[in-house]
Amino acid sequence: MNLRSIPLSAWIGIAGIAIAILCAIFAPVIAPYGERDVVGEIWLPAGGDFLLGTDNLGRDLLSRLIYGARTTIFVALAATVLSFSLGMILSFAAAVMGGFVDQLFSRFNDLMMAIPTLIFALVVLAVLPQHLWILILVMAVLDSTRVFRIGRAVALDVAVMEFVEAARLRGEGSLWIIFREILPNTLSPLLAEFGLRFAFSILFLSTLSFLGLGIQPPAADWGGMVKDNKDGIIFGISAALVPGAAIATLAICVNLVVDWLMKRTSSLKGGRGDA
Amino acid sequence: MTGPVLTDGTAGEPPRSADLSGVPAKPNPTGEIGGTFWRRFVFRRPLAALVLQRLGLSVGLLFAVSLMIFGGIEALPGDFATTYLGQSATPQAVENIRKDLGLDRPWSERYLDWLGGAVKGDFGTSWASKNSVSEQIGNRLGNSLFLAFFAALISVPLAVGLGMLAVQFRNRLPDKIINVISLAAISLPEFFIGYLLIMFFAVKWGVATFPATVYDSMSFTERLSAIALPVATLVLVVLAHMMRMTRAAILNVMSSAYVETAELKGLSTFRIIARHAAPNAVAPVINVIALNLAYLVVGVVVVEVVFVYPGMGQYMVDAVTVRDMPVVQACGLIFAAFYIFLNMAADILAILANPRLRHPR
Repeated sequence: MNLRSIPLSAWIGIAGIAIAILCAIFAPVIAPYGERDVVGEIWLPAGGDFLLGTDNLGRDLLSRLIYGARTTIFVALAATVLSFSLGMILSFAAAVMGGFVDQLFSRFNDLMMAIPTLIFALVVLAVLPQHLWILILVMAVLDSTRVFRIGRAVALDVAVMEFVEAARLRGEGSLWIIFREILPNTLSPLLAEFGLRFAFSILFLSTLSFLGLGIQPPAADWGGMVKDNKDGIIFGISAALVPGAAIATLAICVNLVVDWLMKRTSSLKGGRGDA
Repeated sequence: MTGPVLTDGTAGEPPRSADLSGVPAKPNPTGEIGGTFWRRFVFRRPLAALVLQRLGLSVGLLFAVSLMIFGGIEALPGDFATTYLGQSATPQAVENIRKDLGLDRPWSERYLDWLGGAVKGDFGTSWASKNSVSEQIGNRLGNSLFLAFFAALISVPLAVGLGMLAVQFRNRLPDKIINVISLAAISLPEFFIGYLLIMFFAVKWGVATFPATVYDSMSFTERLSAIALPVATLVLVVLAHMMRMTRAAILNVMSSAYVETAELKGLSTFRIIARHAAPNAVAPVINVIALNLAYLVVGVVVVEVVFVYPGMGQYMVDAVTVRDMPVVQACGLIFAAFYIFLNMAADILAILANPRLRHPR
């Protein structure tokens, strides 16, 4: 693979993600004002001292957007990594062990998937106390059901190949087979899936925050910023649209990269690359 | 559970032996329906048996979901009463509220009570407002379905049409445009689309109303104009998904060997599509539609909050913020029920439309 073969759309996606991550890492350096500082009148229009205007409490919108990148990306990424590890380990275990374990995991997974994710999250978050790690955990567990399904299908494909059989006959344990035989051979489609789950996590977290059940104020996060500023819409103030656009842009960028990864995997396999 | 348990000698047989007569390998979810009666039924009416089986599976699933919504929550750490009152509550106050809400009884007892009530359509009383939950839901469910119905009415033909258009002009400009737009639409959060529409149509140009409040005394046309923007949002949200899936489903059929053969025979495009492709594409497309309708039911939640529309979704979100558990559980169960039965409908319609699925293996 060389850099030339990466299409323009994927470059745009990579650039977008890079900018967001840079904002997240260097937020205190880049942001002109503090995350929670009230610096002016409420809902000032864009321009002048405040590049994007101010929010419902008179905080600088651009600064909050930059700090918000931090929270949003961190939580979404943490949830995705966790859900992926969980889903992968369980699905590979199901595929390798087969029989009863497979049945147990798969049926339980079917049950979890029978409840729509958002509804499930609403029910669970109604009971649990509001902590950041609980939010991450809930998002991860709910999302891992999707990973489990994909992971199991992919692993089952690989688990019946000769080299896995050879490893089994050599007397390798399940853990070896999972990590040394199956994982390296399923990495490519799983990478695309990881991107897809990450994009979904961003949207899901934003939705939860928008509904007031995600990240709690005063910490800045994009979904919560939409919620804070939504009352301004009726007066024609577009402050709520800015963080919304940020969420959409980041999700589009991730999807562009995923699109390219998927095309790449299907062409590696000799597939037609469509459908 | 009371399945038709007929025992005439072969009662102890494992359900798997029914495989011979063409039943799928999965044991029947309702369990007890084994024995020769069921086997004979399967043999004579394979289709009806399959449909019945799916129905049974869905009811079983719904039962399991109810257990999960109630029991699973019970198992989670954190006490209703403590979270309800906040951290600073005195032990005495916590004890009182527990008694008040009946939380001092064992959970299995409460679950059976709740389930018994839920089957009869009684979901208890709300903790926050002390009103009957069923009454509240009755009004709001209608509103939500009203919204979802019109969104489906617009989005389904549009999505199928555009999906077909994308296949027709495959890899050419219209397809690429549709592809890029749908990729973008998938990435947009529902609330962003909603506020964007409000900003332009309601605030800037003043052609639509916001908030989308409906009340009983409204006439039908007034209601329609009130829900114009929420419906548009929902349509945009599901349209992209549905279109992409329709495109993939039709493309799958169009790239199969028999369509190629038909092409090579020199048949006209219309004939190929009408006689060869369409009958085989109907099943996956129906499946796509049903799956997206299930998605629509859930998508309603966010859209209702955005547009301040008095439906189930908003009711549930409000209840979650004040931790009003009876309402949350009731709404959760109803949403899950819609979701499960639409998925089941997708399954059954796929079986009806595709004879190959009637005889697995």
